[in-house]
Amino acid sequence: MGKKKEIDDRFKKFGTKSFTLTSKVNDFIDYLEKEKVMGTKCKDCNINFFPPRADCASCLKSDLEWFDATNDTGELVTFSKMKYGPIGFEKDLPYTIALVDFGDYKIFGRIGKNIADKDIQIGMKMKVKVNKLDNDRINYIFEKI
Amino acid sequence: MRKVAIAEACMTRFGKHEKTSLELFTEIGLTTINRAGLYPRDIQALFLGNCLGGFGEGQAHMAPFVHSAMGLPMSSPAMRFECACATATVAIRNAALLVGAGVYDIVLAGGVEKTTNLSTSLATRTFAMASHAQYETPVGITFPGVFAMAAHMYADKYNIPLIELKKHMAEVAVKNHYYGSKNLKAHFQKEITVNDVLSGIMVADPLQLLDCCPFSDGASAVLITTEEKAKKITKKPIYIAGMGQASAGGLYVQQDITKAMARKTASKQAYLEAGIKPSDIDVCELHDCFTIAEIIAIEALGFFKAGKGYDAATKRHTYIGGKVAINTSGGLKAKGHPIGATGAAQVTEIVEQLRDEAGKRQVEGAKIGFVDTMGGDFGTVCNIILTA
Repeated sequence: MGKKKEIDDRFKKFGTKSFTLTSKVNDFIDYLEKEKVMGTKCKDCNINFFPPRADCASCLKSDLEWFDATNDTGELVTFSKMKYGPIGFEKDLPYTIALVDFGDYKIFGRIGKNIADKDIQIGMKMKVKVNKLDNDRINYIFEKI
Repeated sequence: MRKVAIAEACMTRFGKHEKTSLELFTEIGLTTINRAGLYPRDIQALFLGNCLGGFGEGQAHMAPFVHSAMGLPMSSPAMRFECACATATVAIRNAALLVGAGVYDIVLAGGVEKTTNLSTSLATRTFAMASHAQYETPVGITFPGVFAMAAHMYADKYNIPLIELKKHMAEVAVKNHYYGSKNLKAHFQKEITVNDVLSGIMVADPLQLLDCCPFSDGASAVLITTEEKAKKITKKPIYIAGMGQASAGGLYVQQDITKAMARKTASKQAYLEAGIKPSDIDVCELHDCFTIAEIIAIEALGFFKAGKGYDAATKRHTYIGGKVAINTSGGLKAKGHPIGATGAAQVTEIVEQLRDEAGKRQVEGAKIGFVDTMGGDFGTVCNIILTA
């Protein structure tokens, strides 16, 4: 019997429920654990990708480096407070999904529960921040500046 | 390219069925072949749309089993198409392309879906599988959520108070249930009021229950052939005048979800090929999975200017006799939305309209019809223009 090969399944801890185990950008999860929400930037084209990609569709090369999105300020494009969710998300309800535009890239995620509904306005300035979940799971949320 | 025609188009009743997907499609496929006066041996290929067979019934690879149940020749290949809610329209477009190219003379295309055997939360999960699994699914995305975000964005962009927009959205549901009440194959055949919509439970703010289409079972099949053969099969062939299809990625790469650029791109291709403009369209079946979805679609398809389509149902511009008749079948909203079958059912409605066979919901003198089907969170859009 040979030694069982370890699977790098870091991605399985992303969000409330993840169907993804392994990815070319598994380090995204390590960065989340270091409080950084990271995208990738093509070294040749200088294009930012979020969510992170491992291959650049512009120069067709795979020479990308990480950039820290937590440093950037975005604007809320839109949002919705969910009263029903898919199976597996019941404990999270209600939660507010949102799209935030950071100029070079947009991020889809959730708005932090500490922001009251009445304070959520399209166009408001927001930052993305790492958020720890139960059972050693991790995601990111948007916070008001 | 050869001129391509639709010789026959049929759909099952949409709603709840105690039959397998395989049985549902076999039934409607054989009905379609029979109504055309053909035999299974005449069918040269089967393009079968289906999305959830693997999860819902443990049945992937459905096409060859349907093929066998229908008694199609072994030399006539059967294959599955999947483009989320746009599945059947994409299957029909590909059938038309291959008939046009001379590869096949007669293809049966359409789709089937069975969703009512799933719980609402499981159905919501399986539908949401048409979003980006790695980055959108873990957030808890749902399609009501996506279109709810589009509604908030629309209200903000065009400076319409949300409470006002919601009343106009409710009018879309009222219209589509009105036409559903005239369609014996519709899932919901009951008229509703604006107040019914506005007093429903909240699903994803600002969408309430009756802003949303139902989970339905159903099947629909379309016989695609050459002009020459269609004229032999039927006195009323319907022609494919133009088609378009476009793709986009996740929400985070889309320019503006109130405009759905994939729809603008696909419809431009279809209008160009057909040599017609939006004002030429008499009747249109479009993707009203949610009330706001119809408003977004009538603008992107060019029937109304951006930001001006929100009150079209209220002003009866989208009723029969208005500017353009929209979703006379009841749409996804009332007719129902068995996702893999939806596009073929939209085509079936337009075929009936152009043949003057739509009964109580007939658009008088309809000569040009438009089909619009959208898959996922604006990731796939497929359009077909049909003429009598």
